[in-house]
Amino acid sequence: MTAQSPASAGERLAEGPAPALLRAALDAASEAVLLCDSADDTILMINNAAQTLVPGLSAGSTAADGPLPGLAAAVVAGDDSFTDVHGGRHLRGQRRMLGSDHYGWYLHDRTDEVARADALRAERARTAFLAEAGRRLSSSLHQGRCTRITAELAVAHLAGAAVVVLPVDRRQAQWVRLVAGEAPEEGVLHESSLAEVPGLVEALGGFPPIPSRWLDASQAPAWLLPDDFGPIGALLVTPLPGNAEPAGALILARRGDDTEFSPEDEILARIFAARAGAAISAAGLYRDQVDTTAVLQADLLPPELIQPDGIELVGSYQAAREALRIGGDFYDVFGPTDSSSDTVIALGDVCGKGPEAAVLTGKVRQTLRALRLVGAAPDEMLHVLNKALLESGRRHRFVTMVVGSVSRAEHGRVRLNLATGGHPPPLVLRSDGTVEEVPISGTLIGAVPRTVVRPADVELAPGELCLLYSDGLTEARGGPSGDEQFGEARLHDALAECRGLPAAATVDRVRQLVSDWVHGGTRDDIAMLAVRAPARTALSLRNGSRNQSPFAIDARRNDRRVRQRS
Amino acid sequence: MSVVSRRSLDEPGLADEFLRLVGDGDEYGAVDLVTALLDDGVPPQRIMIDLIAGTQVRVGELWAANEWSVAREHAATAISERALAAVAARTNVRPTRGRVTIACVDGEWHALPTRILAEMLRLDGWRVDFLGANVPGPHLVTHLHQTGPDVVALSCMIATRLPRAHAAITACRAAGVPVIAGGRGFGPGGRYAQHLGADAWAAGAEEAVQRLARNWPPYSQDPQLSAFLGDEEYTYVVRNRGGLISTAMSRLTEAYPAMRDYNQRQLDSTAEDMAHIVDFLAAALYVSESQVFTDFVAWTDSVLQARGVPPVALRVGLESVQAQLRDYPTATAMLTAGAARIK
Repeated sequence: MTAQSPASAGERLAEGPAPALLRAALDAASEAVLLCDSADDTILMINNAAQTLVPGLSAGSTAADGPLPGLAAAVVAGDDSFTDVHGGRHLRGQRRMLGSDHYGWYLHDRTDEVARADALRAERARTAFLAEAGRRLSSSLHQGRCTRITAELAVAHLAGAAVVVLPVDRRQAQWVRLVAGEAPEEGVLHESSLAEVPGLVEALGGFPPIPSRWLDASQAPAWLLPDDFGPIGALLVTPLPGNAEPAGALILARRGDDTEFSPEDEILARIFAARAGAAISAAGLYRDQVDTTAVLQADLLPPELIQPDGIELVGSYQAAREALRIGGDFYDVFGPTDSSSDTVIALGDVCGKGPEAAVLTGKVRQTLRALRLVGAAPDEMLHVLNKALLESGRRHRFVTMVVGSVSRAEHGRVRLNLATGGHPPPLVLRSDGTVEEVPISGTLIGAVPRTVVRPADVELAPGELCLLYSDGLTEARGGPSGDEQFGEARLHDALAECRGLPAAATVDRVRQLVSDWVHGGTRDDIAMLAVRAPARTALSLRNGSRNQSPFAIDARRNDRRVRQRS
Repeated sequence: MSVVSRRSLDEPGLADEFLRLVGDGDEYGAVDLVTALLDDGVPPQRIMIDLIAGTQVRVGELWAANEWSVAREHAATAISERALAAVAARTNVRPTRGRVTIACVDGEWHALPTRILAEMLRLDGWRVDFLGANVPGPHLVTHLHQTGPDVVALSCMIATRLPRAHAAITACRAAGVPVIAGGRGFGPGGRYAQHLGADAWAAGAEEAVQRLARNWPPYSQDPQLSAFLGDEEYTYVVRNRGGLISTAMSRLTEAYPAMRDYNQRQLDSTAEDMAHIVDFLAAALYVSESQVFTDFVAWTDSVLQARGVPPVALRVGLESVQAQLRDYPTATAMLTAGAARIK
């Protein structure tokens, strides 16, 4: 054998036995080969593999035409490669020059390669879809959002339209529907309509999913999808598995006559439905808990304050555990009764934190409400409460609190009778800006059998304010060093600055100062309750004259225009 | 009944009159005025935006110029809120759009702008949950899980709250709820809002209403992609906040022997000024924008000058913080740029 390749000795192809030998060699090769003439692109030779792959090819014809459009186009365009699909096989051809007079097309069957690449792409898309589904479904604990997210994901990856139907509750089933490119819609279905959708009752009943090919899409009722969706080509109804009972069903619809849900599609839909069902049922569980908590919490939350005539009342409560909004501090206000025109206020702090403490505050508040009905004075209330707590038998359940009885006095003044049980005495902001501590004292409630309570009376002139607060306020740690207490001096200063402010603005201001002081550090429960004798601006306005609020002295240059209305 | 003089927003001196009413703490007068405007056919949106919000801007300016005390500013805001509530009580709109949760970021107390936004959105057909001022992140997220809104509108007026705004934005988006940010704290044109991962930003209530009316929600990336900002300089400044402030205070006392005679209140407010320098510096480092800091210095300078405080006090404050941050080039550059803004 010489080292020369047959092609470089092309002239010898026409003579001797060499062509037969070469032919045999080429036929034995697994790669498909076409040998062509460079001058006119005539196919000179086709090996067996090529003949099998593309039976229509024949020697002697031109490569610029024939059963392989891809090849013909490449020849005409002078390209060195092409891809084509022939008889279900994916082909790739490459041209190699064989000397100056000949060239060969080497065809490669890449059907398996294409199938693997397709499978890989599909697998990646499935993985990405399920990863996105996992991330988005785990993001929310809200059932409405979970069902909407389920519909959105289904429409983005599985079908042209998706309807999520939740289990029947009181003969009705809620649904969420999404059509690609449209806004989601929600609604309620009567139980009796469910049977109109093929497979839906079974899916909601927890039965195994019915394969899509058994569901007649034409049987789907008109109400299932909007009219402009067009005829449904394929329908798939998949149960959403939940906590031992179905969390609902997912209905998928594809448009067009020749669509279908392949077995792979059905498996993917089922895996997705498992995740969506888990999220929806977890959200349902959370909702049940929230509903229960809300009921229990309702009595423990700070009350809506009544607004008695001639008295401004403003409360503020900030729980250390913000999410639950209940804790060991509390305040309450009891309005006038048949036998008493006084308003009773209370603010206190029970030992402990969180829900346990909140439950005790609930009992204390209830006891106070009852005591108020029998007309007990503030100091009496504290004595009785002390006994009640001691007799409840549970140890270490004590409380500090201030109780007051508020009434209106002549000339817009407000009178308070206050008593404390071991609680910081309230502060009074006078109209000249001085801040006084109310001179009351008393021992902790619920700790020792004998309590000493020394009540006191306070009178507020119009514009003056009395602030009841819990020690979470003065003991708030923060400041520049991060560990200094806010302290009573700062509270006094803060209050002094609020001279003339409405009670709401005063309470807000103090809250804000303490919050800034704490600077995002740990919080404690903070309760405040402000009682203010309203400034008399309003009354004097109605009389046509004007009473100036103390901070408004420089504001007025012109008299206000008198508005004429009848 | 006949209305002798019809009232409208075009009336000359109307804004001054309203400013005077809120400045005097005259709740009845302010409520009467907005009620009369409503009666005379002025759209509630215009009253809220042009009159109430407009007046609130002037209240802020009067405070900055030292013409009004803090207490008076607060009283005026309280009256504006009552006037707003009166307008809101007179308008009833059936919800036709989605549900929106509105909150001020943790530590943010300027609730009036968000309250106006709440009413504007309600008038536009949104179902509104208004959580008010100073909403801690966990509280906000709990609310989202319980109510499942379509959008959270988060307000931040002061740049020092940006790290907490960021935490809230990330948490909301992780809970699958897109966020529209608003308020001056997010910088000129809402520059920092995008940086913090917000889905949109609006300069004011009207713009927010327009933005939410169409193409909502926008496409959003995985929130965890922008979950961490700040660098070691930020971390150092925040972790050593107390030390930075107290050292700055003692250096200030050396430079100003008069400070030895300060009472607790004066010391507190000086410490507060130092704390602001550190907090704004930290926020600037967090979002990598020195403008957060230089704008703060320029603004503080103008506020102090209005109160007759010599600018040298602020300069010494900056220098004493800077002296403690020599090893931190970005912080040093920001402090230098800040000092250059003192007039």
